[in-house]
Amino acid sequence: MTDQTTKASLPAQSPPVESPPPGKRRSPSDWFKGDGAEPLRRNLGLIGVLVVLVIIGAVTRPELYGDATWVKNNTFTILQQASAIGVVTVGMTFVIIGGGIDLSVGAIIAVAGVWSTTLATQSYGTLGMIFTAIVVGIVVGLINGVLISYGRLVPFIATLAMMVAARGVAAQISGKQTQVSANTTINDIASTRPLGIPLLVYILALVVAAGWVLLNRTTFGRRTVAVGGNPEAARLAGINVKFHTVLLYALSGLCCGIAAIMLTSQATSAQAAMANLYELDAIAAAIIGGTLLSGGRGTIIGALFGVLVFSTITNLFAINNLSTEAQNMVKGGIIVAAVLVQQFRFRSLTQLLGRKPVS
Amino acid sequence: MTAPDPARDDDAGRHPAAETTPPAEATADGSPGDATVPPGAAVPRQRDGDPQSDGEPQGERDGIGEVVLRLDGVVKTFPGVRALDGVQLEVRAGEVHCLLGQNGAGKSTLIKVLAGVHHADEGTVTWLGESFAPASPQAAMRAGIATIYQELDLVDDLSVAENAFLGHEESRGGFLRRRSTASRTRQILARLGHDHISPRRLVRSLPAAGKQIVSMARALSHDARLIVMDEPSAVLAHDEVENLFRIIRELTSHGIAVIYISHRLEEIRDIGDRVTVLKDGRTTAANLPARSTPTRELVSRMTGRTIEYVFPPREAKTGTTPLLEVDGLTRAGEFADASLTVKAGEIVGIAGLVGSGRSELLETIFGARRADSGTVTLNGKRITTIGGAVKAGMGMAPEERKSQALLLDEPIYRNMTLATFAGFARGGFTDAGKERSAAAQTAESLELRPRDVSRPVRTLSGGNQQKVVVGRWLLGGTKLLLLDEPTRGVDVGARAELYQVIQDLAAGGVGVLLVSSEVPEVLGLADRVLVMREGHLIHEAPASEIDEATVLDLVMAGSLMEGEPA
Repeated sequence: MTDQTTKASLPAQSPPVESPPPGKRRSPSDWFKGDGAEPLRRNLGLIGVLVVLVIIGAVTRPELYGDATWVKNNTFTILQQASAIGVVTVGMTFVIIGGGIDLSVGAIIAVAGVWSTTLATQSYGTLGMIFTAIVVGIVVGLINGVLISYGRLVPFIATLAMMVAARGVAAQISGKQTQVSANTTINDIASTRPLGIPLLVYILALVVAAGWVLLNRTTFGRRTVAVGGNPEAARLAGINVKFHTVLLYALSGLCCGIAAIMLTSQATSAQAAMANLYELDAIAAAIIGGTLLSGGRGTIIGALFGVLVFSTITNLFAINNLSTEAQNMVKGGIIVAAVLVQQFRFRSLTQLLGRKPVS
Repeated sequence: MTAPDPARDDDAGRHPAAETTPPAEATADGSPGDATVPPGAAVPRQRDGDPQSDGEPQGERDGIGEVVLRLDGVVKTFPGVRALDGVQLEVRAGEVHCLLGQNGAGKSTLIKVLAGVHHADEGTVTWLGESFAPASPQAAMRAGIATIYQELDLVDDLSVAENAFLGHEESRGGFLRRRSTASRTRQILARLGHDHISPRRLVRSLPAAGKQIVSMARALSHDARLIVMDEPSAVLAHDEVENLFRIIRELTSHGIAVIYISHRLEEIRDIGDRVTVLKDGRTTAANLPARSTPTRELVSRMTGRTIEYVFPPREAKTGTTPLLEVDGLTRAGEFADASLTVKAGEIVGIAGLVGSGRSELLETIFGARRADSGTVTLNGKRITTIGGAVKAGMGMAPEERKSQALLLDEPIYRNMTLATFAGFARGGFTDAGKERSAAAQTAESLELRPRDVSRPVRTLSGGNQQKVVVGRWLLGGTKLLLLDEPTRGVDVGARAELYQVIQDLAAGGVGVLLVSSEVPEVLGLADRVLVMREGHLIHEAPASEIDEATVLDLVMAGSLMEGEPA
């Protein structure tokens, strides 16, 4: 994990315990160089992009940005739009760090969403619907994982096939109809605002936090990095690489199940075409967030910033009444630019702080 | 044997760049190539009188012509190592000139100088009467020197004809002339006696022997006048070798010279005309007659200890009961009926050539490959999977350190705890602090440099990377350590340290099973030596009762020679 990669370049003899020497006051620059600021340092590029986007928004629609209430609500709109895709991106980041790819996330959301909103499922109530969406997501993810680990299919092919097949299943279940959710509890998730902040944003924050802990503080996360970084070394160190790979795809499926409920709540309905192209957005967000497509390295916080950049762009175009076509063109450019900035940032910053680059 | 040649014979083809000695350590540990031999001193050591240098080789065939290639005092240095240290070589048209030498003697580097991959630092290379310094492999090819590497450099998804003419395709106006290419390829294949191979066939579908034919067809498509073959028989079955020899004879009868590298003495006797022996980057004997030179003389030219192998003195405190018991272990096509034991505190060495099945045997013992038959038990526990092996207290440092053992971008401590981090964790949550301090302690005891365990492993030298891998198993309280080529790509200073580490381990009661292609290493470290050849353990002896020449002879010829070697 880059997390540690950068720690690694701390001045020599850094003690095992990650605290500053006692009795010494820390200046802001010390703080910036320390471990606590690591996520900030690493994501400076993306934060910069976000700031630029907000400035563009303020310059193009000054009358809107002059209104504090509007700014607050607009920020919540951006976060709310980022919530479902953000949850999916957390799962995707794990899969990519573990050396795989999951092209089927959008389709899994569709199956989970459609399955949990059939009249039969809705008759089991709120928990029945949530349970169904999550179990369907996990099961489809498990199928992906088993095909890849034990069927030895290339992840790209296996999940591509699942992407096509799962959309077919979703269309079959729904009879190509939009299934309206009659469950008010589900529908209210999107509109509830505890402490003035949308519940969806809490869910996103919770999933991101759980993802961060899972990746950085648990044996599961350590195995993920090892499996993606060097599968043979992991295997020869006694790690069950195949089983772990299955778990990774199941985790991605779980995230899709959660996202399916969130999207169903937002639209108060589910249909076979929902979450279209989510796989591309999730992969792009993970990559611009600093996750290595070849595996072994990546961060959850970076991926979150990636998602936020995308939803801010969408928002920027919406408030300026511009077309989605133009929006997609800019998105493509942003992906390239963000990755370039990331590379540049890493090199220049390590030089700036007098650290040895990792390679 | 010699200083660690950056272009080690057995792996140079695979990782030409990866194995070069890290310059940082070379300087830190006092550069080993520092023995700065003045150029003038780089003369072949010709002990025991003159080895019939330019004399008429006995049993010489007709048709051996004038000298086409002559190397004089060729020197090639890599950071920290003098890979070639004054090589003399003379090759005549129409002869099969055999190159003999142990791993690291400089054969691969020599080939690469001829092939235009490396450039000689000193000395002269004369090709067809003119000074020769090819700027690139293409230039060497154009000049008429073709090289067939052990790892064949063919493109699997192109056809036979496309491979034969790769890089010099026949074309007109940018369009390939496929028909004419095919017919020229067909002619060449016919000349090689393999007209049954279709020029349109995909190379992927050919067996190893067929691929070698395609490599030779490529050489001939360049009108090569010298073909260098690096252990061509290593990938071939017995009857295919016969066929290879027929082709070589056909080539030489047309005046093409062949430089033939092999570890198998019987092949050299069969196909060779003259032999040049390399040791430590120098020619120790030139132009010996291939058929009549006694094995003992050839072997003695290749052997002799050099200062690079310094083994700390040690008293073996071996346990009495076997720790590891391997019984009748077999994997079809790799090794058969392997049985061995390792006791606690004992170092057992397996000597064998690349391809003898030694690495496969080690990996199967570790559970990384599934045995066809036979059993592995550690402390009475059957081992069938890696997980079981690790749990029972087995650890392995695999052959390819970088690709099989390390997470290069991860910090040292995480690499060290790769097999044990779950043990440091509580309820699934890792404890980085504990891991760091445990790793730091191990780093201390291994004298790892740098000591800072948060540095990424990529920044370490080969020797220190190997210490990290060994440290990984020390942290887990490993009882039996399997070491596959532990000093590959490790420079001289660090080698001695690794030897010390291995011996300390054994002194602490750990059983060690060691595989190495460097015979002095096996003899110097091990208490007991097993010799492996073509998938069979053919000989076992206490290290004190066997010497380098005997092992080499067993490894190459498979039989004990008579009398004591020089």
